[in-house]
Amino acid sequence: MARAATTADTFNAVAEPRRRQILDVLAGGERPVNDLVEELGLAQPQVSKHLRVLREVGAVDVREEGRQRLYSINGLALKPIHDWVTSYEQLWTGRFDELDAVLEELEKEEGDAGADERDSHDDDPDR
Amino acid sequence: MPVPTSGTATMTTPTDEQILITREFDAPKRLVWRAWTTPELVTRWWSGGRGEMTHVEIDLRVGGTWRYVMLAHGEFEIAFHGTYREVVPEERIVTTEVFEGMPGPSEDAVINVVTFTEEDGRTRLDLLVQAVSKEIRDAIIDSGMEGGMQDQMDALEGLAISLA
Repeated sequence: MARAATTADTFNAVAEPRRRQILDVLAGGERPVNDLVEELGLAQPQVSKHLRVLREVGAVDVREEGRQRLYSINGLALKPIHDWVTSYEQLWTGRFDELDAVLEELEKEEGDAGADERDSHDDDPDR
Repeated sequence: MPVPTSGTATMTTPTDEQILITREFDAPKRLVWRAWTTPELVTRWWSGGRGEMTHVEIDLRVGGTWRYVMLAHGEFEIAFHGTYREVVPEERIVTTEVFEGMPGPSEDAVINVVTFTEEDGRTRLDLLVQAVSKEIRDAIIDSGMEGGMQDQMDALEGLAISLA
């Protein structure tokens, strides 16, 4: 389902399977566009289009060497995704810690709101 | 007034396709349930300090959907959605979970089962993540080892398949 996806961020840029494929190839080292065309079995304009998106988010760098343009992967740009992927457990730890704070507040609210009601209940038999 | 104790979450892998995260909370389960299923409250914890929740929608009934969007570090949006398959108030929620950033083969590659168990006023929460394959499960866990770029890309690829 289309959710107004933009290609303006790394997440969306790598969401496209062909672009992930390009990144996989480039993970093996710097490559000219012709190599990518060959590996992916796509027409050059399509490969160029994907490369442009990847360059826009900084996931891929390009440099000129003679008549060739060589593309390489930029690990730093992919770091947000990597960090997120590799810190699943820490993510939940962080969530649970925040959840503790929410629960503490709910208990407090409940305690305040229920104070009158509680007075007539069994938690204080002397009353 | 209970003393708030920050419990420790444990993560295990009961089977090749599962991740089980368990955490105890110093609160009765009706409150944990409320915090888990009320949009205004989910907004306050779900990002886990990694960003700001920009959208939380919960239609808590079987066949109902949920969608959470977080703006991570003010930079990029991370969105998840799913469909509830089972809703037993204060007991159990079964839902699909789809990571919207990475389109993939199916809506039900990942199923989450959350159970709430109360004992002596405390609540144990079990979150069982059930993936359709080990690869998908591993991609979700990927434990932050020092990996080369290939590992990174493998993880990314796996995640792409899994979370969509």
